[in-house]
Amino acid sequence: MSEFLSLFLPVFLAALLAILLAPVAQRHAAGFWGVVGRIRFVQRNGIVISTYLIVAVIAWVVFMIVLPQVYMLDFSFRNNLFPAEIGGPKDVYTLSNYEYLLFGRPGDEEMFNWLHLTVFLRTIIASIFVTLLNFAICYPIAYYMGQVAKGGYGRMMILALILPFWVNEILRAFAFRILFGTSGVINAVLLTLGLTDQPIDFLRADVALYAGLSYAYILLMVFPLYNAIESLDHNQVEAARDLGSPWWRIHWRVVMPHAKPGIASGCTLVFMLAAGALAAPQILGGPSSLWFTQIIYDWFNTGGNWPQGSAYAIVLLLACLVFVLTVMRVFKVSLGEIAK
Amino acid sequence: MSADVELDHLTIRFGDFTAVSDANLKIEEGEFFSFLGPSGCGKTTILRAVSGFLEPTEGEVRIGGKNMRGIGPNKRPTALIFQNLALFPLMSVADNIAFGLEVRGVSKYERRKRADQLLELTALEGQGDKMVSELSGGQKQRVAIARALAVEPAVLLLDEPLSALDLKLRQHMRTELRAIQQRVGITFIYITHDQGEALTMSDRIAVMSQGVIQQVGNGTDVYENSQTAFVASFVGENNPFSGRIVRADGDFAVVETSFGPLRGRNLRGMSEGDPAMLFVRPESLTFANGAGGGENVIESTVVNGEFEGSFFSVFLRGEGDKPIVMSMTNSGSLPEFRPGEPGRLTFKPERALVLPRGEVAHE
Repeated sequence: MSEFLSLFLPVFLAALLAILLAPVAQRHAAGFWGVVGRIRFVQRNGIVISTYLIVAVIAWVVFMIVLPQVYMLDFSFRNNLFPAEIGGPKDVYTLSNYEYLLFGRPGDEEMFNWLHLTVFLRTIIASIFVTLLNFAICYPIAYYMGQVAKGGYGRMMILALILPFWVNEILRAFAFRILFGTSGVINAVLLTLGLTDQPIDFLRADVALYAGLSYAYILLMVFPLYNAIESLDHNQVEAARDLGSPWWRIHWRVVMPHAKPGIASGCTLVFMLAAGALAAPQILGGPSSLWFTQIIYDWFNTGGNWPQGSAYAIVLLLACLVFVLTVMRVFKVSLGEIAK
Repeated sequence: MSADVELDHLTIRFGDFTAVSDANLKIEEGEFFSFLGPSGCGKTTILRAVSGFLEPTEGEVRIGGKNMRGIGPNKRPTALIFQNLALFPLMSVADNIAFGLEVRGVSKYERRKRADQLLELTALEGQGDKMVSELSGGQKQRVAIARALAVEPAVLLLDEPLSALDLKLRQHMRTELRAIQQRVGITFIYITHDQGEALTMSDRIAVMSQGVIQQVGNGTDVYENSQTAFVASFVGENNPFSGRIVRADGDFAVVETSFGPLRGRNLRGMSEGDPAMLFVRPESLTFANGAGGGENVIESTVVNGEFEGSFFSVFLRGEGDKPIVMSMTNSGSLPEFRPGEPGRLTFKPERALVLPRGEVAHE
């Protein structure tokens, strides 16, 4: 931590100083600032704003994105050492953390580390499932808001979607526990209606988990979809209909191709966040189902093995990147389009 | 399937607002029929009712004698060309044209063949593999027509499709549309606020105002024998003179106006005492020679003249600052007009219309 601060603080202070002194310096140091002043970006935004923008972007990229990941990557190739051993002969780069995920401890009975590999695969597959479920739920809503009920009811639906998210994430997860528990509301209703004579264990069946995860990221799916669908000229929908198209083909051939960047953007966001979720699986997961993030959490926290945790986190990150790139390839969209 | 389109007591309301009020007419198979009127007159509403995007509040739309109520736009024998064309930007030109066939399960090979035929019909040979965005305005127009024709509709509906084009191209497309209609021989229903389009292309025109069909007839009829004050003032230019009928004799009537008595054809058989308007078109006005009385004389002052190429417009002001327009064909020698000069105008009674006083179209 102190190492990090010693690096971060001077850079931050220098950036701050540069922002504060920029106008003064501009007046006095005509030569250097004259050159800067001729750069088009600076001309357009003024010296203060451009300095701020450049410093902010660099700070964001370096401190928020590059540095932590580089540290993680570095950690993941190191041995878990006592502080005294750091810098000693044992402090060398190693692949052992990654090997552990694949093969487990040397001398284990099993050839592969099935326990962790299964959790990893299940997390990925379940996240894909949550993403698809979310898309299936959100697409009709987004279409309704973006094409059918512009303004009016559409606006009310947006509000209704946003309001529940004012409630804390942990609280929402526990609310789902109450809903789906064996003595929960849903079971109570089912029992009263006589649809079942035994309470169903939704938690064990992971129904609560999937529902909770889908619900948690609904906005991240709805809004990219809504943005994309809303920009479609409704005449195109009518033209397709007029040419004899049934509703599903209109969506398949006209609406979805148009909304592709939004679909890709929503799906990648939801997948990444679902695969990286911690609270929801912790609270809503069945006793036998583990989320990969929970294992990572344990390595860092209870296990105290940061290098091992880092390796697992890097694997998860790579899996997410592969997913995003695959989605982009399948949907034939570029990063720029997703950012729209 | 026969393809005459009938509107039978068609009324369409949106809440308290009546967009179309009791429309009755029959469009014959193979006819080029236009609805002409200013924006908001209800013409687009009628089109949407025929295409199936709107259900009538009262009355019926019948196509080929069959009531269309409850039949969706995808099940009607109509195809609509949208004002903004609504081509699919993510499909190639050929895929756009063949979309209706794709929907009908036509094989890829057949689709392409048909698309190529239609591309030829609309003078777009070899453009099938381009994207829509690569085409010019006029070409997009033709793709939209081809896409609609591909489904072999009995009735083609066109919602002001030429309004986005520049003048030259618009005039060219008028001729082309008319030619295509004659080649394929199906019913065209054309919506426009541009009387030039309606007059040049249509077999018959329905002039609409405020949800009411004012008159149905061919171009000459609507222009020469306007039945209402609105039609007379909306179709072409006209000079209205308001007053009351003082004498009705046979086919003619005399209206007492602020310019004195003016005589014109009494198409609607009005009688003495009725409030009326007399309409004289700019080209029907001439300068009166000499002084003295005579029938149909309008005293006015020249304001200015405008040279329009094939004709010359003279703007005058009469009694009570009333603006009057007259036009003269360019026959090679045009008289000079000096602002402020007195202008003594006259017209033949056969070239003027006496109609019930009513709403006048504003530019």
